[in-house]
Amino acid sequence: MKMNNDVLPGMYEMMFRIRTFEMKARELFLAGQLPGFLHLYAGQEAIATGVCTHLRDDDQIVSTHRGHGHLIAKGGRTDKMMAELYAKNTGYCHGKGGSMHIADPDIGILGATGIVGAGMPIGLGAAFAMKYRGQDNVTVVFFGDGGSNRGTVHEAMNMSALYNLPLIFVCENNGVGFSTVQKLHQKIEDISVRAAGYGFEGFTADGNDALEVYEVTGRAIEKARNGGGPTLLEFKTWRILGHTLGDKELYRTAEEKAEWAKKDPIPRLSKHMLENGIANQAEVDRIEQKIIKEIDDAVQFAIESPVPDASELMVGVYAD
Amino acid sequence: MNNVTMGEVIRDAIHMEMQRDSDIFVAGEDVHFGGMYAEYLGFFEEFPNRIFPTPISETGILGLGLGSAAMKLRPLLCMGKLDFMMVAFDEVINQAAKFRYMFGGKVEMPMVIQANYGMTLNGQAAQHSQSLEAFFCHLPGIKVVAPSTHADAKGLMISAIRDNNPILFLQPLRLMRAKGDAPDGEYIVPIGKANVRKEGTDLTIVSWGPVCCEAVSAAETLEKEGINAEVVDLRTLSPIDFDTVLESVAKTSRLLIAHEAVQQCGLGAEIAALVAEEGMDYLDAPIKRLGGAFCPIPFSPVLETEYFISADKIAKAAREML
Repeated sequence: MKMNNDVLPGMYEMMFRIRTFEMKARELFLAGQLPGFLHLYAGQEAIATGVCTHLRDDDQIVSTHRGHGHLIAKGGRTDKMMAELYAKNTGYCHGKGGSMHIADPDIGILGATGIVGAGMPIGLGAAFAMKYRGQDNVTVVFFGDGGSNRGTVHEAMNMSALYNLPLIFVCENNGVGFSTVQKLHQKIEDISVRAAGYGFEGFTADGNDALEVYEVTGRAIEKARNGGGPTLLEFKTWRILGHTLGDKELYRTAEEKAEWAKKDPIPRLSKHMLENGIANQAEVDRIEQKIIKEIDDAVQFAIESPVPDASELMVGVYAD
Repeated sequence: MNNVTMGEVIRDAIHMEMQRDSDIFVAGEDVHFGGMYAEYLGFFEEFPNRIFPTPISETGILGLGLGSAAMKLRPLLCMGKLDFMMVAFDEVINQAAKFRYMFGGKVEMPMVIQANYGMTLNGQAAQHSQSLEAFFCHLPGIKVVAPSTHADAKGLMISAIRDNNPILFLQPLRLMRAKGDAPDGEYIVPIGKANVRKEGTDLTIVSWGPVCCEAVSAAETLEKEGINAEVVDLRTLSPIDFDTVLESVAKTSRLLIAHEAVQQCGLGAEIAALVAEEGMDYLDAPIKRLGGAFCPIPFSPVLETEYFISADKIAKAAREML
């Protein structure tokens, strides 16, 4: 798949949107404005963006507790997301779901789930439905190195291969599950090797290189759309912040943090665009200003929105 | 349909619905051979590409249901025995039951989970005989149905398939090959409505599933002794049709709840609490529960008999209340 430079400014905008949203959420949370807790995606933007740029509205993603990046990259509106974080009635889930449970199937967000690894069987079902209906859609399911050890992954991989489903497994290997670094939770280093055990292909790539993510994913998606079945994509990355806010990150060294800071996907992409004449500094600045305003407006929208009425408690438990 | 097994009656219901709606499909272990009790006999040939045998992967099977239901298909998931479903508790509790609410009403889960439950009285032992309905009745977001008659099995299966919620359809193991009658054609039993299987005036026996058949048998024995017991078959375990229960207790003033599930924290406790809260004035005697002993179900036939909630035990408990 040849890299189409036309998509890059859009990808940059999306990655910057995710980062700005996450850092703003962090600021608001530390100021005591948001209930619950946050698992922030900052640092992994190239993966969500590189993957979701390929997807249509009726392709589905299944996301995780660390899913704001996926949701935004898939077309989630930052104002409705912010309102959901604020637990307002105007949020995606009317304040009933919160950070980890945002869904909008109309734009292909089948849902985020707070149970690590639970997304795999759900994604299996969604891909199954697509094949059942004879559609050329794909389903992408995200998980981390932490989630890769759950039995759900095993069963979903086996069944998706067996039924030859259009399911892309995207493993964001950020090297740690909460505070447990990879070598304390699995013997292997490259999770992609597991695909062979189920009868399909697995690839490992640089998750902080938006172009590489875009290219590798594009091939897997095209294969799936053409009836080629599932693929496992492992993207090596780094989450800039802790597991949740308040995580003191005692399991990380200053050297590691400094090393990964040099590989931050966002300045990497802007540098690439500038050096290759794909965009100039003025254009980059314009994108960034636009996004900063968008996120500020989203916060304003959330603040001004009403909270759900107490009578909403029992609404929506069952379908009619 | 006369003198057919409960499995065949359920088959009739599913067959009718699958002809009506092409979004309905069946997935589970060994379903291509027709299911353990002929619930899908002939379907693999008649509905090509709609019957999916799966690996032994309950988590995967339920996930298949979750994702496809969220995408507006209508899966029927065959779980073999209810005991086997326990490994996939997360898919039911944290996912299926929660999606609609958590996602602000945007995603619905029209799925039916078929699971066989209860003792067969031929030594299936601790892991193949359980009645675990209470765990699921404790869960907002799903419904639980448990027919005890052939007609109800048919009517509730049709209702379950047409309902847009996740439904746990409990098939009574020891009745699945029993012969009985059911109406032909489109016969619907509403979910959430109990049925008075036998009318009476002296005490109310609330039950469900195969033990309800024991309760009816007990009531017939008691009738010969001049005791008229009313038997209320819940049919739906969640939501409970509490109005029917209370109406019956108001009439008879005595309540006995009989179930095969372990008595401690079983569904009988919920019914007893509800009647104690709202029907205290109707009661002339303390509420009595008759449920499974607090131990795993044993293999030995002698011990199994000791465990089993039989018509005799129900009749004896009833006599002691009068």
